[in-house]
Amino acid sequence: MRRRRRKMKTKMRPPGHAGEETEGGGPRHVMAMRTRIVKTILRRGSGEQPRGRKEARIRTAGMRKEARERSVEGKTRKTARARKEMPRGRTLGRTRGRTVTRRRRRVAGISSDSGSNAEEEESMSEGEMAALMEEVEEKKKLIANMRNKPWRMRRKLTHLKEAQQFVDKFEGALGKGKGRKWYAYKVMMTKKWIKFQRDFENFRTACIPWERKIKEVESHFGSSVASYFIFLRWMYGMNLVLFGFTFGLVVIPEVLMGLPYGSIPRKTVPRDEQDTAQDYSVLMDFNGYCKYSVLFYGYYNDERTIGLLKFRLPLSYLMVGIGTFGYSLMVVIRTMAKNADVGGGDGEDGEFTFSWKMFTSWDYLIGNAETADNKYASITTSFKESIVDEQENQKDENIHLRRFLRVLANVMITCSLGGSGYLIYFVVKRSQEFATRDDLSWYEKNELEIIMSLLGLVCPPLFETIAELEDYHPRIALKWQLGRIFALFLGNLYTFLFALFDEVNSKLEEEESIKNASYAAALQYAYNFSLTTNDSSATPPPMDPRDVIRGPCWETAVGIEFVKLTVSDIQVTYLTILIGDFARALIVRFLNYCWCWDLEAGFPSYAEFDISGNVLGLVFNQGMIWMGAFYAPGLVGINVLRLLTSMYYQCWAVMSTNVPHERVFKASKSNNFYMGLLLLILFLSLLPVVYTIMTLPPSFDCGPFSGKQKMFDVIIETIDLDLPAFMGTLFSYAANPGLIIPAVLLMVLAIYYLKSTSEAYSNANLELKKKMQMARDEEKNRRNNTDSTNQVMKDLEDLLPNRSLIPPQISKGGKGVNLQKDVSLASANPNAGGPVNRPPGPRGPGGPGAGPGRGRERGGPPPR
Amino acid sequence: MGTTASQLGKDLLSEYQELTFLTKQEILLAHKRFTELLSKEDKALPNPRIPMQSILTLPELKSNPFRKRICHVFSTSDMKDGSLTFEDFLDLLSAFSDSATLEIKSHYAFRIFDFDDDGTLDVGDLEKLVNCLTGETDDTRLTPDEMRQLINNILEESDIDKDGTVNLSEFQHVISRSPDFVSSFKIVL
Repeated sequence: MRRRRRKMKTKMRPPGHAGEETEGGGPRHVMAMRTRIVKTILRRGSGEQPRGRKEARIRTAGMRKEARERSVEGKTRKTARARKEMPRGRTLGRTRGRTVTRRRRRVAGISSDSGSNAEEEESMSEGEMAALMEEVEEKKKLIANMRNKPWRMRRKLTHLKEAQQFVDKFEGALGKGKGRKWYAYKVMMTKKWIKFQRDFENFRTACIPWERKIKEVESHFGSSVASYFIFLRWMYGMNLVLFGFTFGLVVIPEVLMGLPYGSIPRKTVPRDEQDTAQDYSVLMDFNGYCKYSVLFYGYYNDERTIGLLKFRLPLSYLMVGIGTFGYSLMVVIRTMAKNADVGGGDGEDGEFTFSWKMFTSWDYLIGNAETADNKYASITTSFKESIVDEQENQKDENIHLRRFLRVLANVMITCSLGGSGYLIYFVVKRSQEFATRDDLSWYEKNELEIIMSLLGLVCPPLFETIAELEDYHPRIALKWQLGRIFALFLGNLYTFLFALFDEVNSKLEEEESIKNASYAAALQYAYNFSLTTNDSSATPPPMDPRDVIRGPCWETAVGIEFVKLTVSDIQVTYLTILIGDFARALIVRFLNYCWCWDLEAGFPSYAEFDISGNVLGLVFNQGMIWMGAFYAPGLVGINVLRLLTSMYYQCWAVMSTNVPHERVFKASKSNNFYMGLLLLILFLSLLPVVYTIMTLPPSFDCGPFSGKQKMFDVIIETIDLDLPAFMGTLFSYAANPGLIIPAVLLMVLAIYYLKSTSEAYSNANLELKKKMQMARDEEKNRRNNTDSTNQVMKDLEDLLPNRSLIPPQISKGGKGVNLQKDVSLASANPNAGGPVNRPPGPRGPGGPGAGPGRGRERGGPPPR
Repeated sequence: MGTTASQLGKDLLSEYQELTFLTKQEILLAHKRFTELLSKEDKALPNPRIPMQSILTLPELKSNPFRKRICHVFSTSDMKDGSLTFEDFLDLLSAFSDSATLEIKSHYAFRIFDFDDDGTLDVGDLEKLVNCLTGETDDTRLTPDEMRQLINNILEESDIDKDGTVNLSEFQHVISRSPDFVSSFKIVL
């Protein structure tokens, strides 16, 4: 009996509110309900049971239909009605009363039905099952969308509870026999999975570092300054991964398993350098012990495998070097694509200039009175500006002057860029001359670094001053400024690189002669040994590693250059903050008590945060890391430290010494401009490294690739020795130009194809937009005077405190049934009103709409 | 942290997470901040309200020109005094949170800008809005002429059905195309 009843209940599905329980609804409820049902049946006696099958069936069907209707309109209707009857009052008692009645009726339905045949019920249940399933899905959708509804929390809570109960109750009921169990299991797992996802999400947000710090900065300085810190944090994350690769796969294996310091010449300080190897000045130049340490390329041995694990260090070294670029490229491009995705729906500029200024110009994150004042001022100015613009509109007489000024500014900036580029080239040449002499002053030794840092200090403010002539909007001005300083840094970087290549070439020549010399020396040593021992057959003991003649090891030299540059860059950056910002702030703050004019408001004032300079410093620095990381694995570690400290240091500096910008402006939505710069510099730094790997011969006596013709020979060696033979032939086929050229062609074709399809899609998009707009206009004309109330208006009405001011049409046209139906449709089935109620796509100025219908175009919150 | 968690209750917490755009940490933080603002005797009440005056002392709202409107819009108080319960407070934070959708943000923005609560932004609302945005001081105020010009321009742009007011759908239409509304309509505790 019990089993049978349960089955029936499952099928009966009087959805929603009242009491029947199935497996889904928690054991306690089930028991309670069961007893209740049994009691009811007992109370009613058997009088109803012998009723005819047909009658019972009809009745069940009727009940079912009614119940379904009720459930669709569900609580919404109820609450709506309740609210209508007693505005703003909570009508819990009333609702409960209704539910009770309904429950009783339904129980009656069950008991009457219990006499009918099981087979018949089976046949009836098919469609029901589908309907129930659909309903459960709808409820689930409702639950998922609940947060998108602008309702009061109280209302959301009740809806949520109700929907949740419904889902709990009937989810498990779906499916039959074995299927049911499986279904229940599946449902349970989905629930668990969702919970896990939420927890994971929580965990992930908790893991994002410095969220608080950045928010603080953002609230004081606006989103433009915060965008720099977000970029810094992103950079830190990426570098942490690079650091993990480099240290995990190269540095730590070498330290743990490689030969110790002093065992072979490349790991030992030569005898003539030994006296000064521990001097502070030498160490600061990364010579001496630093040079012969794990930080640099030269230290690594060319043994194919090291340690017990047979770790293939040279291969790993090369792979990490390439993987660094691969990973960086992937991450940068993915982030850019993600950002572009976010920013996809931008409207055309200029359509809503005023409205946007009005409705969206306030930055709600501003939590500082000073910033707020600045914002007021900037909004006023922008209003005034745009009003003036509007008034003058086309008759801008100064357009020629402005154009002239912009051209002039660009000419000046190009000149200074060229000048600084030449200066660096000149200095690098000179430093090569100096390198051959040893009677150098401190200045001559560090000329290159000093000049580069000086340029970095002087040029950006210069550009900024010149950019004043151009009079762009600060956001655009920032981009220009970024681009120009980027060009400056790029020029610096590339002249630096060319100079470095000169040096490398000279070292390569030098190496040739040394190679012979060291070979001769080794022979000489063996000869001397045989002379002294008079035994030509005895092998001489290995030469002291300190005495072996070495090549110049150009890779380590390059690595040292990069590390030196990075370190001096860090020093300059930090000192600039300390002197330019902190000292200035101190002076302004404290000398102000005894000064002739107001220092805070007047000339020196406090410094503003230099977004462009800092962003570019970061990007440029990253370029150095990418280039140098191959020759100095330790560089990545230095960089991680730098980013970490600079996060704290700069946050502190900006909060304590800087003032918000005079014109606080919003950052553009994505950081894609920064990312674009980063991508560019990544490509540029990729070139020299790949060039050296592919073409230059590695040094003969240092580094993991010593003794090979080319660095990538390591891969070929691995293929030959470690992989089965057929792989080698496979690779040799793959490397055949006959195969590569078609592959490249294929890729080009694929790119062409994808490009044309994407163009076609965007065209189609445009067409669709036009169509949508037309449909909308038509729709609006048609519905001008109809009186349908939609969800948005309903919500609005519901939430407005003074209900007496509601436009008359709601109360006037409020045919109760219609209204409720609309409401219930919108809440229970977001799809129902699809084509009509969807939010509009882009649209131009609409046709003339009539008064009473306004505000109705938009449907309920879209299903999302 | 543990005490606040137990005060909120696990079920309620997960329901709040379901219903708002906030994460667990954010809800707990909100609860902490909320209880800090409560006075001693209020804490005993089952569903305490914070009066608007103390809400406005939050640093996040202190310098916002719309702070009073925000309180009024999110308040469920029958007295229309802008006082907030914890759930109202969560509603507020959810609408202003990072991950809230444009839809919901624009809805609330509209209600905040609708100073007289009549469901449309008419000339009076727009004037008040401009005054809020330009600040209280005289030197940042617009002249009546400028104000008229500005409001005419705005209505020209966004009043699509030409009835002299901006209604919710027109407003949402304008807002949805704006590049930086979502990123600036944020309040983070």
